[in-house]
Amino acid sequence: MGELASVIFTAEFLGNSLRFATPLILAAMGGVVNERTGVLNLGMDGMMLIGAFSAFAGSYFTGNAWMGVLIAVISCLLIGLLHAFCTVTLVMNQVVVAVAINTFSMGLASSLLRTLFGTSTSALRSPGFENIAWPQALQDLPFFGPVLFQQTIFVYIAILAVPTIWWVFFKSTWGLSIRAVGEYPKAAETMGVSVTKVRYLALLFAGAMGGLSGAALSITGLNTFIDNMTAGRGFIAFACIIFGRFHPVGAGLGALMFGLAQGLQLRIQTVGIPMPYQIPIMFPYIITIVLLVAMGSGSVPAGWGTPYYPDEE
Amino acid sequence: MGEDNKKSLGFASRINWSGIVTPLIGIALGLSVGAIFIWSQGVNPLHAYYYLLEGSLLSWASLSGTLVKTVPLALTGLAVLYSYKSEIFNIGAEGQVYMGAIGATIIGINFPNVPAPLHILMVLVFAGILGGAFAFIPGYLKAYKGINEIVVTMLMNYIALYFLSMIVQGPLKEPDSFFPRSVPLVDTAVLPKLFGSHLHIGIVFAVVLAIFLSWFFRRTTTGFKMIAAGHNPNALHYAGVNVKMLLTKVMVVSGFIAGAAGAVEIMGVHGRLIENFSIGLGYDAIAVALLANLSPLGVLLSALFFGALKTGANSMQISTGIPVSFVYMVQAMVILFVVASKEMPRIIAIYNKRRRVKKNG
Repeated sequence: MGELASVIFTAEFLGNSLRFATPLILAAMGGVVNERTGVLNLGMDGMMLIGAFSAFAGSYFTGNAWMGVLIAVISCLLIGLLHAFCTVTLVMNQVVVAVAINTFSMGLASSLLRTLFGTSTSALRSPGFENIAWPQALQDLPFFGPVLFQQTIFVYIAILAVPTIWWVFFKSTWGLSIRAVGEYPKAAETMGVSVTKVRYLALLFAGAMGGLSGAALSITGLNTFIDNMTAGRGFIAFACIIFGRFHPVGAGLGALMFGLAQGLQLRIQTVGIPMPYQIPIMFPYIITIVLLVAMGSGSVPAGWGTPYYPDEE
Repeated sequence: MGEDNKKSLGFASRINWSGIVTPLIGIALGLSVGAIFIWSQGVNPLHAYYYLLEGSLLSWASLSGTLVKTVPLALTGLAVLYSYKSEIFNIGAEGQVYMGAIGATIIGINFPNVPAPLHILMVLVFAGILGGAFAFIPGYLKAYKGINEIVVTMLMNYIALYFLSMIVQGPLKEPDSFFPRSVPLVDTAVLPKLFGSHLHIGIVFAVVLAIFLSWFFRRTTTGFKMIAAGHNPNALHYAGVNVKMLLTKVMVVSGFIAGAAGAVEIMGVHGRLIENFSIGLGYDAIAVALLANLSPLGVLLSALFFGALKTGANSMQISTGIPVSFVYMVQAMVILFVVASKEMPRIIAIYNKRRRVKKNG
């Protein structure tokens, strides 16, 4: 068993897991903000997909990976705006809107991939992000080198995003508004906080983070886009938020857990361990459900998933 | 509140015109947005839509292909509708379909000496039981622990997806096969084909189930209680109904239907268990149920519409170069427009009131 562990838990494995966790952390940090304002956003997967596609397309056509990121963020802001318009202004069912946004994004990304790039996309590569050029001494550090110093910039953005969101939530007045709107929108409105404005901004922020997260998928190494590239990662990010009880640090830890599970799956397949590789990927979902049962319904923001009707008795 | 009651009793007890007009408006607007995309690709939208129609409905070959796609959409659509009548959002139909497919395969590759009708029935029931058991978990957690069913069913979809992948690469894998798939079902468990086409008898199951549910929600006490449980659980509780038990059962039956839908796909289309055979079906089912305005008979029509979109898209792609995936955009827009136009009266009322409040200071 000890021998097995030493084969699996290598520095390379942890580095890979952190890389897998990065898009999840980015998406979860956006998601946790809008979930806390009371909007149930299952549309993160669609946002990430659009982000991944527009980062690739933007980077390909401008020849600059940073432009790709910018275009991804702008495209996803538009998707966030659509989500906000439907769920906040038109007060539509939040799950239905999310299902529609995911379907729409899948259709749009695949269609544009074919109309813009033709049918054979396998050879197309865009400019992308390399690992950050840390001093060679740091990169060669035993263990810490591969885990922390052979990564792209997205990994560091993700790691910094967690304390930043935590600070905004619990130390700033914005955080107070966000939490008030999610827990008790009526009271927030009486306090002079506009529920509509806060929810719009939160969904736009979630969109921007979804764009970053998508870019972290498509233009950090693969530098291409394939159909359904997110493979449900937006839903995993949602699961991370649930796992973390709507707390940014908890959500970040959840993303790490899912990242480790994915790293483990890869390791099992490459090392050839006689165990179905599906077991480690299923595991975090089961843990999340068990946690959900253990903590009960109280840990969810009180106004979560319920539309807010301004001025309605 | 009074408005709401009238509306819900309305579509349970008689045909209401808005239930027919709203989906048509949604479809028209959805296709219009699609037309803009087609036009932006330099193709005449009418041309593209003609090929879509031709490839989906205008010949028996294309119509039967459409109907084959309609069957799983209608069955899972009915599963989603069943729980949504009680305001329970079962987005876990996807996972329940997978569990049903696993159950169907276990029974379908064994028992070669059972007469075909009995064998098919056994498959359907066992698949339904697995789907129902899988749906019991979120149902119980929702009813007794107050845990959001949307979250639990979403998580369980992935458990089912990876479980199926594990089963089809492990215990149920066809020996010596390169592909992750099971051995074929025995002949008695394969659904009979109709009129010499790929269309199988599953279409009859879907129609019968839709008619039954239509009767069930209009005429039976249980159906009425289910609708009431969604709108006013407290009143029902004081009337002496065990609401928690009722809601759990609703979810189990919804899962049973979804599981059986998975079995019909395995028995009617694939003939064996394969990986990823119905990715996204559970989400399409939500679109089907919403476009049907939660009417069981309407589900048949909306499933036909989405089935036709999926089937016709191929010939549209061949003839005009508009990619198949384009129809997902139309599907999403149709749903957004249908739901938005259903909410419109309420939205207008809210904004009128807000304007009045502002004016009067």
